[in-house]
Amino acid sequence: MFKDLFHKKRYATIPAERPVKRDIPEGLMNKCPKCGNIQYSKELEKNLKVCTSCGYHFRLTARERIAMTMDDGLLHEFDADMQSGDPLGFPGYAAKLEQQKAKTGMNEAVVTGTGSIDGHPVVVGVMDFHFFTGSMGSVVGEKITRAIEYARDKRLPLILFSTSGGARMQESIFSLMQMAKTSAALARFSDEGGLYISVMTDPTTGGVTASFASLGDYNLAEPGALIGFAGRIVIEQTIRQKLPDNFQTAEFNLQHGQLDKVVHRKDMRTVLAKLLDMHSMRRAE
Amino acid sequence: MMAGGLEFEKPLLELRNKIDELRKFAEERGFDFSDEIARLEAQYRQLETEMYSALTAAQKMHIARHHQRPTTLDFIQAIFTDFIELHGDRLFADDLAIVGGLAKLNGVPVTVIGHQRGKDTKDNIARFFGSPHPEGFRKALRLMRQADKFRRPIITFIDTKGAYPGDTAEERGQSEAIARNLLVMSTLRVPIVCVVIGEGGSGGALALGVGNRVLMLENAIYSVISPNGAASILWKDASRADEAAEAMKITAQDLHAFGIVEEVIPEPKGGAHRDPEGQAALVREAVWRHLQELMAMTPDELVEDRYRKFRSIGVIGSGGSDAPPDPPRKPKEPEAEEERAEPESAAGNAADESADASAAIESNAR
Ligand SMILES: [Zn+2]
Repeated sequence: MFKDLFHKKRYATIPAERPVKRDIPEGLMNKCPKCGNIQYSKELEKNLKVCTSCGYHFRLTARERIAMTMDDGLLHEFDADMQSGDPLGFPGYAAKLEQQKAKTGMNEAVVTGTGSIDGHPVVVGVMDFHFFTGSMGSVVGEKITRAIEYARDKRLPLILFSTSGGARMQESIFSLMQMAKTSAALARFSDEGGLYISVMTDPTTGGVTASFASLGDYNLAEPGALIGFAGRIVIEQTIRQKLPDNFQTAEFNLQHGQLDKVVHRKDMRTVLAKLLDMHSMRRAE
Repeated sequence: MMAGGLEFEKPLLELRNKIDELRKFAEERGFDFSDEIARLEAQYRQLETEMYSALTAAQKMHIARHHQRPTTLDFIQAIFTDFIELHGDRLFADDLAIVGGLAKLNGVPVTVIGHQRGKDTKDNIARFFGSPHPEGFRKALRLMRQADKFRRPIITFIDTKGAYPGDTAEERGQSEAIARNLLVMSTLRVPIVCVVIGEGGSGGALALGVGNRVLMLENAIYSVISPNGAASILWKDASRADEAAEAMKITAQDLHAFGIVEEVIPEPKGGAHRDPEGQAALVREAVWRHLQELMAMTPDELVEDRYRKFRSIGVIGSGGSDAPPDPPRKPKEPEAEEERAEPESAAGNAADESADASAAIESNAR
């Protein structure tokens, strides 16, 4: 049956299936980049990859995020085989794409699909910084847009977990236009009463922040996540001043009114479920 | 005539100087060099044609950034009548990096908005070199919503290196301001014509760029990041901007070929700054032509037309042709086993959604 076809594409929670992780060296022990605490990898995994000493939130792969967010760790994936072209014939781009695929075992920097959270059917998109620094080119834009359209079509809530270095330079104008494309799709979804929860994770910057990531009905973020438009170095060079350490952190953004809530990873599923629950009356119309 | 000549224009400048000197010499000494001068003039015209018909992306970038290039306010003054500038975002400040207001185009009231570079250093500092803060984007948004309310067409002029990279800009939500413009522009029920008159840099440009029609001047450029920025990120060397300009395919001709830009508006030889008035006439003609077509459309058609334009942009290498899977079953669908007491919960309505979690996971796992 049709449905069975997609069961193959489900992501399971089995840690052994995970691709090579760059941020955390394989092995028994892990060192926290923030406090230097050395902890057992198993302990770290059990703690949802949050430092047991200082609470630093390690960056997750899309698979890890799906495993800890979705009911049974399951996502019925959309467009799993979609891959980027090289519309500009940009020097080195094609080779770099292949290298990123080999490194991560992914086809692109976002995984989209449908599943449920605490029983609430949802459409979910999860970006992955490990693939091409989570940059948005045509494929990321298209997959996100299709996810939005699917949510609109099926009248489901939408949750996007963002992490991105920004728009992908190697597709220049095509990347830039994905900002307009995703935002326009969100406008239609929103106009019809669609619920969109944006979750910004470390780091969310550039064209992704300046499009769909900032357009949630609710904008959430993980603690300590870097969230901003321009890069720190560029800003420091422009204003000729050193910026404070907490500049562009989730907490900084919260303080400046740019976020609804900073949510610890251990509470994320609960908060999402609560929000979903509070909007579950809507779809009756 | 060659005032403000660019580096690559040097051969032309040198030839021009040679002709001028020869002419002066002939006049002073009373010689007749008219044949020689005519020959050099022909050579000059040929060189000029060759050079300007085969400009590289980097050369166009330098023309687009020329300090004498006409700005948004120059075009507004030349193209429209009765311009009334309007100020402020009603939230924080008036960002001079974006100007906007009411004007008439061939008698039709329109809202006109654009990035505004400075004319000199002092002006540039006041205008942040045409790089807006959130309040600039929010001023533009306010004016666009106002246009929507009063059913006025919107014309935007794009000319910025990008949104201002500053600490206070971040504090006030630079990202949200840009994103909001993209979202709202896509929904406006009036015609929107955008013209890239100089440099279209990044999200700061696009924030005024979600139009039914996007036109570009012949030497204008439009890219996801400034070529300088791209070079410093890609090769850790901002001085390789010319190379990045070529690689990113930033020219009006490239974007026209990609179908992202509807029309390339020709420039005088050497660039818009050589004949601002003539340039303005060409822009007026093109904008008016597109506007007339759009004004014949209904508000629904305009919104749909704009959505289609942006929805279709993107190049997929392969894949993505499989139909998406069905969503997981909602808990306690009508066909689920449990009996329901309340009659009002009959048709998959609100009561279904408040099912308890354990039932949901079970049904999902099946
Ligand atoms: Zn730590």
